Amino acid sequence: MSLHKPYTDVPGTTIFDADQARKGYHLNQFCMSLMGPENRARFKADERAYLEEWPMTPEQREGVLARDYNKLISLGGNVYFLAKIFSTDGLSFQQAVSTMTGMTPEAYVQMMVNGGRSPEGNRYIGEKP
Amino acid sequence: MARITAGVTTSHVPAIGAAVDLGKTGEPYWKPVFAGYEASKRWMAENLPDVIILVYNDHASAFSLDIVPTFAIGCAESFAPADEGWGPRPVPVVQGHPELAAHIAQSVIQQDFDLTIINKMDVDHGLTVPLSLLFGQPRAWPVKVIPLAVNVVLYPPPSGRRCYELGKAIRNAVGSFEPDLKVQVWGTGGMSHQLQGPRAGLINQAWDNHFLDRLIDDPEGLSRVPHIEYVREAGSEGIELVMWLIMRGALQPKVKLIHRFYHVPASNTAVGHLVLENPA
Repeated sequence: MSLHKPYTDVPGTTIFDADQARKGYHLNQFCMSLMGPENRARFKADERAYLEEWPMTPEQREGVLARDYNKLISLGGNVYFLAKIFSTDGLSFQQAVSTMTGMTPEAYVQMMVNGGRSPEGNRYIGEKP
Repeated sequence: MARITAGVTTSHVPAIGAAVDLGKTGEPYWKPVFAGYEASKRWMAENLPDVIILVYNDHASAFSLDIVPTFAIGCAESFAPADEGWGPRPVPVVQGHPELAAHIAQSVIQQDFDLTIINKMDVDHGLTVPLSLLFGQPRAWPVKVIPLAVNVVLYPPPSGRRCYELGKAIRNAVGSFEPDLKVQVWGTGGMSHQLQGPRAGLINQAWDNHFLDRLIDDPEGLSRVPHIEYVREAGSEGIELVMWLIMRGALQPKVKLIHRFYHVPASNTAVGHLVLENPA
C-alpha cells in the first residue's frame, strides 16, 4: 500500500513529514545546537565556519546565511527548528514568519490584527477566491 | 481515590509568555487576550487541583530529530524551563508527580497505548505558557504537573480519534489511583494558525468556533475529523488541536461549560480557551 499524502495540494504549505525530516535532519540538528548561549555566540562570530561543522548540503548552508526560510523549509527545515536561528537573531515568530509571505512585517501584523489570512481561496492550489 | 474534576483547554502561543515575562499584559494589543482568562483564574483559585496532567507539544526543545516519541509522559520529580533560543523563561521549575505519572504510564500501556516514559526533560512554552495564563507569576506553581507530550510537529501526528481514546484510557488510569487526589487534564495548543510558507497567517474563525462547539457537545463526532481538514481549514500548525481531544476524552461524556473565550490574534494565532467541569 502506498502512503496517503492528501496534503500536497494545500497552497503555500509544506507539511513536515518523515520524508522532509530525513532531508532536513542535519539542518534541523544544527538549529538545535543554537539552544545554548555558547553555541549562539560562536555562530554569530562566524556563521559560515559554524555551518561547515554540520554535514548539511551547500544549498541548506546558503539558505541559513540568507535567512531564506521558505527555501529552508523546502530543503527539509521545520519552523520550530528554524526558530532557533531567528531567536538567535532576536526576531519573534511573527517577524520571522512574515518574511515567508512576501508581505512587509508591518502589512503582515496589520493582516493579523484584521483577523488573519482568510481560508477563502486558500484551501486548494489553483482555487479562485 | 484520585478523580478528574475538570478540563481546561488553551492556546500556548510563545508571544503570550513573552508578554507576561516582559510586563506587557496591560498593553492595548495584549489586554483583551489576558482579560479572557480573568474569570478562569478566579475559578481556578477556588477549584485548585492537586495535579494537572498537561497535554502539550514540545517544539523542538526537549526532542530533537534524534528521537520523536508520539506520546511521552514525564515521570520526573521536576522539569526545568527550556532554553528555546532566547534563554529559559523566567518561570518556576515545574514540580512533577512521579507516583501518579508512573501509575498512568503503566495503566495506559496495559490499555494498549504505548507511551514513552521520560525521566529527564526540559519543558518549553507549550507547557509553561498555559501555566502563566491560569496562574500568573507566582514564586512557585501552586500545583504539581505531569507533562504529556504529543508529537504534532513531525507528520503524521496521532489521529484525533487516537488522542480521544487515549484520554479515555487516562480517565481509567486516574480513577484507579489509590490516593485521594483532585486531578485536572489540560489540552493545549491551537487554534487556527500557520507559521510557514506563503499561506502563513491563516485564521479560520468559523471553523475554530465550530470546533469549540463540538468539543463541548459532540466530541465523539469531532474525534473522527481527519488531519487533512485541520491542515486545510485551520493551517498547518492548527493540527495541534488534536491534543484538545485527549483532555476531552479524559472527561465524562456530558460536561458543564464554565468558561469559553476566543480571540484573534495573538501574534500569528487564534486564541481559544475552555474550562469544562465533570459532573460531581
